[in-house]
Amino acid sequence: MLLTENDRALLAGDAGEAAAMAMDLVVTVGEAMGAGSLIDITGAHVDSCLYHGLVSLEFAERLVAAGGRVAVPTTLNVASLDLLHPELVRRDPETTARAQALMDAYVAMDCLPTWTCAPYQLHDRPRFGEQIAWGESNAIVFANSVLGARTNRYGDFLDICCAVVGRVPAFGLHTDEGRRATVRIDVSIPDRWLDDDLTYVALGHLLGQEVGTEVAVIAGLDDRADEDRLKALGATAASSGAVGMFHVAGVTPEAATVDEACQGKSPTRILTVDETAIQRAITDLSSTVTQLGAVSVGTPHASLREIERIADLVSGRQTRVPFYINTGRDVLADAELAGHVAPIESFGARFVTDTCTYITPIMDVPVGAVMTNSGKWAYYAPGNLGVDVVLAGLADCVESAASGEIVRGLQ
Amino acid sequence: MNRVLVDGEATGEIFVLKRPLSFWGGYNPENGIIVDAAHPQHGESLTGRIVVMPHGRGSSSSSAVLAEALRLGTGPAAIVLGESDQIVTTGVVVARMLYGVECPVVVGDIPTDARGVWRVSRSGPEPVD
Repeated sequence: MLLTENDRALLAGDAGEAAAMAMDLVVTVGEAMGAGSLIDITGAHVDSCLYHGLVSLEFAERLVAAGGRVAVPTTLNVASLDLLHPELVRRDPETTARAQALMDAYVAMDCLPTWTCAPYQLHDRPRFGEQIAWGESNAIVFANSVLGARTNRYGDFLDICCAVVGRVPAFGLHTDEGRRATVRIDVSIPDRWLDDDLTYVALGHLLGQEVGTEVAVIAGLDDRADEDRLKALGATAASSGAVGMFHVAGVTPEAATVDEACQGKSPTRILTVDETAIQRAITDLSSTVTQLGAVSVGTPHASLREIERIADLVSGRQTRVPFYINTGRDVLADAELAGHVAPIESFGARFVTDTCTYITPIMDVPVGAVMTNSGKWAYYAPGNLGVDVVLAGLADCVESAASGEIVRGLQ
Repeated sequence: MNRVLVDGEATGEIFVLKRPLSFWGGYNPENGIIVDAAHPQHGESLTGRIVVMPHGRGSSSSSAVLAEALRLGTGPAAIVLGESDQIVTTGVVVARMLYGVECPVVVGDIPTDARGVWRVSRSGPEPVD
């Protein structure tokens, strides 16, 4: 790899031990990936603050002890605790202490304590064309696809190392060529299906399974594919596959047309998605359990608009099952100011911040299924929590909770 | 067409994943078992095996889960990918950096019905007679 004089100085320890350790990982992984050089970044989003065992903590503490500080503005992903609602989390004291120490370590490196998996919902978010290093699979795909910022798929450890040196290996989604759509997906479904949130979850499921790591352009959607729906699409695709970016023709910023997304070349594959495929995808993500045990929404973290929708739906009603809404602490503060929090709390729902119900022991494994509007939650919760999942739109989630029975079909 | 992502040598029983696996949410580093309920090989162990995966999948936390498994000795002996993956590579490099655990990672083409004991080295994956 061709390194600049400054890169070599960092690697040699001229800027301290932590920068040397970080640069070592950036260069080693970059060379493995075949990158020819490094480029500057303007920001980072770090997933490494989520506790996965001692390795998480030992790596972070080594960086801190070596004087590690981020060189670019860096937000933090969800962690393993809810610092605003600690009473919700039931975890053994030893793991709690380690999870807290891990969070403290990243704050000590000057990362911002945002604790959200949806950093694109913060007031200050990357602009079109910015080179960034983001972890968190759903955030990566959103940054590339919807914001037009440029990031590869950064895993834990590498995200913070890129932030410390402010440099990333130049390949893949950081380059024009790496962002070219090679697969075209034609969506051919009845128009009213584009008004249904679950259509976008199903499209994400199919996208991840069909394209794996490739960049696809989806044709046949329109501006009803808003940010919340594109969030759901991307998060599901990044769970079923290794999708780092997709285009939606006429909607996302690098795809005014299919041809622009393909950069004037022909796609190597063309796939068609019809009603049957959408229905099958929804069935795939849902169990056939008929009893309702709980509801969990907001994976990735609920946006202000989603919370506003919930507030409208719950008005004057009462949930009969435990109902959780995962969101970021900044979005929750905005929701409070807008007056959405009180009606939702009177409904009996609980807000979870800083973490998520599928990574942290918050809910009891209920008798009956957990209903969610999230394809990502539907992927991971059965393995993480041992629960059955029923997938449904936001309106069905509220209606089901209020009646205590599984209701599907509202939108 | 072999490419070495992380250098090293390892021998073990080959285990071809029928679908890509997200190590986070799909694999328990404490015992090396696949926990993704929807995965066709749910319940099987990756410990000490040469794990073959067409490409990476899912969570960016997979780097940490893989490194934790290697720290605990429940991880794969080696990983053969159909295409290079930054998240898998990062996890393995960090396990080597912190704990000196070796787990070679190569890009190679392995038949989906491969069985028996294989060896992975700089010259790529090959069956051991």
